[in-house]
Amino acid sequence: MAPVLAAPKPALPPTGDTPGGGGAGERAFSWGVRSAAIAVAAILVGVLAFLTIRGGPSMFAGAGDLPARATSFFQLAGPLAFGSLWVAAIALAFATLPAVGVALAATVYAPSPRFGRFLGAVLDLLAAVPSVVFGLWGLMVLAPLMTPVYGWLHDHLAFLPFFSGEPSVTGRTALTAGMVVGVMILPIMAAICRESFALTPPALMEAATALGATRWEMVRTAVLPTARSGIVAGGMLALGRALGETMAVAMVLSATPFLISFNVISPENPATIAAFIASAFPESAGRQVDALIGLGLVLFAISLLASIAGRRVARKAVAR
Amino acid sequence: MSATVLAHDADRSASCGGGVADVLASSRPRWGRRLRNRLALGAVVLAVAATAVPLASVIWESVRRGMARIDAELFSSSMWAVVGPGGGLLHALVGTLLITAATALIAIPLGLGAAIFLTEYGAEGRLASLTRRAVDIMVSIPSIVAGLAAYALFSLLLGPGTRSGLAGAVALAMIMIPVVVRSSEEVLRLVPQDLREAGLALGAARHKVIRRVVLPTALPGLTSGAVLGVARIVGETAPLLLVAGFTDAMNYNLADGRMTTLPVFIYTQWSAKGLDTAAYDERAWAGALVLMAVVVALQLAARHLPAQIAKLRRNR
Repeated sequence: MAPVLAAPKPALPPTGDTPGGGGAGERAFSWGVRSAAIAVAAILVGVLAFLTIRGGPSMFAGAGDLPARATSFFQLAGPLAFGSLWVAAIALAFATLPAVGVALAATVYAPSPRFGRFLGAVLDLLAAVPSVVFGLWGLMVLAPLMTPVYGWLHDHLAFLPFFSGEPSVTGRTALTAGMVVGVMILPIMAAICRESFALTPPALMEAATALGATRWEMVRTAVLPTARSGIVAGGMLALGRALGETMAVAMVLSATPFLISFNVISPENPATIAAFIASAFPESAGRQVDALIGLGLVLFAISLLASIAGRRVARKAVAR
Repeated sequence: MSATVLAHDADRSASCGGGVADVLASSRPRWGRRLRNRLALGAVVLAVAATAVPLASVIWESVRRGMARIDAELFSSSMWAVVGPGGGLLHALVGTLLITAATALIAIPLGLGAAIFLTEYGAEGRLASLTRRAVDIMVSIPSIVAGLAAYALFSLLLGPGTRSGLAGAVALAMIMIPVVVRSSEEVLRLVPQDLREAGLALGAARHKVIRRVVLPTALPGLTSGAVLGVARIVGETAPLLLVAGFTDAMNYNLADGRMTTLPVFIYTQWSAKGLDTAAYDERAWAGALVLMAVVVALQLAARHLPAQIAKLRRNR
């Protein structure tokens, strides 16, 4: 994973005329790399243009042109946006503490640099597990495992809105989906936390220890405060990833469109934008596909906001 | 890391007997603080477990449930006309190979070229900052949105409802390009400035310095970045489901017709089950096992290739 917190180093070589430059080879090469850079920027513009041209008008589409027999685009998009944010919030709730803990284990608590590297490899591998494999795992391993837990939660904590109502017997609930997505975003968040913990000035840590602080007190007073914006940045970037997660949610979550519900153990759950697009696409045609592209545009906007916010916080973390 | 060492030394000297230890013992933190310290350590250990257990479980379940179908038939046949047990994922392997290769052919030259421009030519120009911003935004494109964009492009060019491996490769390239640009840019920046200046001072043209000095120096890191980019896209499902579709048959032609890859194979084995559900589940897990093996191999390659390339070069 590319470092997010590393400050951009000063630009390198002196540009302009070079002694041997100016030949045909030089012109061809610099033209080649320049057009590659232009192409990368153009691809993004193209993506935005195609999505807007095809998906934009669907925001004003009426009944008949929308999937799932929706009567207006916002009737469809509103609950789906809620579902995406809800599942992502559950995922963050599950991932945050373990991510901070693992990052601490890989830096401050690591008994040896080798252990830190080993944990890094474990995190890289976890980040590399394809989402379809996580979907299969969540569906066939985690969901059956969680079903009795949901029964227990309903029996004992039904006064909370999250656990009221009959629990799901399949375990394919918002809570299971959130847990699976949580496992998937954990390595992303941990990587950024790890980076920001590594930026703690050693003198600060040594000073705390010299004053008689226990290791936990050293972490609490020296490491966590300096890394706070790094942790927040990691959370925002992980949120962006969680919002875009498609296959694991589509496979695990048993979703009902148009539903807004805070119940996390029910057999009926709000759908997410990404999972809805994936599951509705094969059976959509014509204008309905345009509406799905419009939904994609909404999803892009939401996750872009999350990652812009994350990057802004990260930059602040470096500046301090 | 020096603070870690310090903390260790304090632990050790506090626990061993003798004169200095007695003095230190009197200044040992009181039990409440010691307890909190222990609890924090326990929480960190739990966090490591919370990371390791799901990973171990995913690997273990893929092996346990998929191993039964790791046989010759799996790697030598497609799903054509198979409705019960048997069948294989050869068509998905071929599809993965073709689509991944096509994606890499699009993404690596573009990504590397843009990175060279950013580090060696652009520096602080307007095009450079525009490209950097574009890369920042592309990183946060959800993969399904990349699929939708590729679908919109290809349905505009070739009419609605077209499915092809090439469209899949275009969608995946949108995901891979920012990964390649970022990792390449980072590696190119690590090449010592002295090397560039030495080359330029000897009168070499700029592109010669880049091609003969900068790129060879950065090659190990560039390779590892490219491999990680491939690892990132080889497990993608959602965009391919939209634009490459799926099929039970072999398809060697990227430009024509539906093409299945390994992740899509896993998904369709689960989503479109026949009567004999156990056979489909077994195939899905066998596919997951093969895909995990591919991903692990790519990760190991990214980790060890740089050192190998450096060693080869030293021996030459």
